[in-house]
Amino acid sequence: MAKARVLIRPKEGILDPQGKAVERALPALGFEGVEHVRVGRMVELEADDPAQLPALCEKLLANPLIEDFEIEQIDA
Amino acid sequence: MKWGVVQFPGSCDERDALRACELAGGEAQLIWHEERDLGDVDAIVVPGGFSYGDYLRAGAIARFSPAMEAVTEFAAAGGPVLGICNGFQVLCEADLLPGALLLNESMRFTCRQVDLQVVQLNPPEGTQSFILPGETLSIPAKHGEGRYWAPESMLDSLEANGQVAFRYAPGENPNGSARDIAGVRNEAGNVLGLMPHPEHAVDPMTGSTDGLKVFEAVGEARV
Repeated sequence: MAKARVLIRPKEGILDPQGKAVERALPALGFEGVEHVRVGRMVELEADDPAQLPALCEKLLANPLIEDFEIEQIDA
Repeated sequence: MKWGVVQFPGSCDERDALRACELAGGEAQLIWHEERDLGDVDAIVVPGGFSYGDYLRAGAIARFSPAMEAVTEFAAAGGPVLGICNGFQVLCEADLLPGALLLNESMRFTCRQVDLQVVQLNPPEGTQSFILPGETLSIPAKHGEGRYWAPESMLDSLEANGQVAFRYAPGENPNGSARDIAGVRNEAGNVLGLMPHPEHAVDPMTGSTDGLKVFEAVGEARV
């Protein structure tokens, strides 16, 4: 079993209201000077055949029209 | 006229859709998502709700259901398909319609009556495109993820091909949709999706019956 972590984020240039909301909340907590917050998703999984991962990401985990993804293999 | 309304776990507007189909002058039946055979239906509605809990992305999991495989074949054969709200999201995820629906710009779930402009279309010859009346329809919109988005070049080609079917009237865009787009159709013209809910505007008791016109147009596409 290969362990992997898939990071999925909104594509550059697409408005990310969640990121904006987080960014706006930070100064209220005293965290100044934080910009360009983007909120994505992280999926952890274990696969028999890691070669399947790119296809699986394109078909289901990410929507390639609006999201970029990165696959990170984790050594056990 | 026989309608099939697909029901997923988490659908919530399928009953209103059945009623709208009947009021538009047809028979309607539910099609459970595990059903691979659509039977002898003339048109399909993919209704609103939160299919499979909208896990991952709205519509992402529903698109892989057996019923959606059958709907994809039905659409490829020219059958009329209407996707409403979550159904629109499912059709986009299934690549039956172009573009994607993102979290509302406001981050809020919006629920209100909106004015929709029907974009007058010249359907491609030889297709069974819906002919919608060129007018403004008053229809409720209720969603949290309804911001229509596509790359600029895709938006240009959708407009050039007459695939933009509905726009929010000026000042009515509830979600930040690109170019005020509320609904689109596929290139052939037989698959139509929109975020607002025509099935909730079919009875004078609730203020508007404009939604019936959408169902009637879809029904006529197959006649």
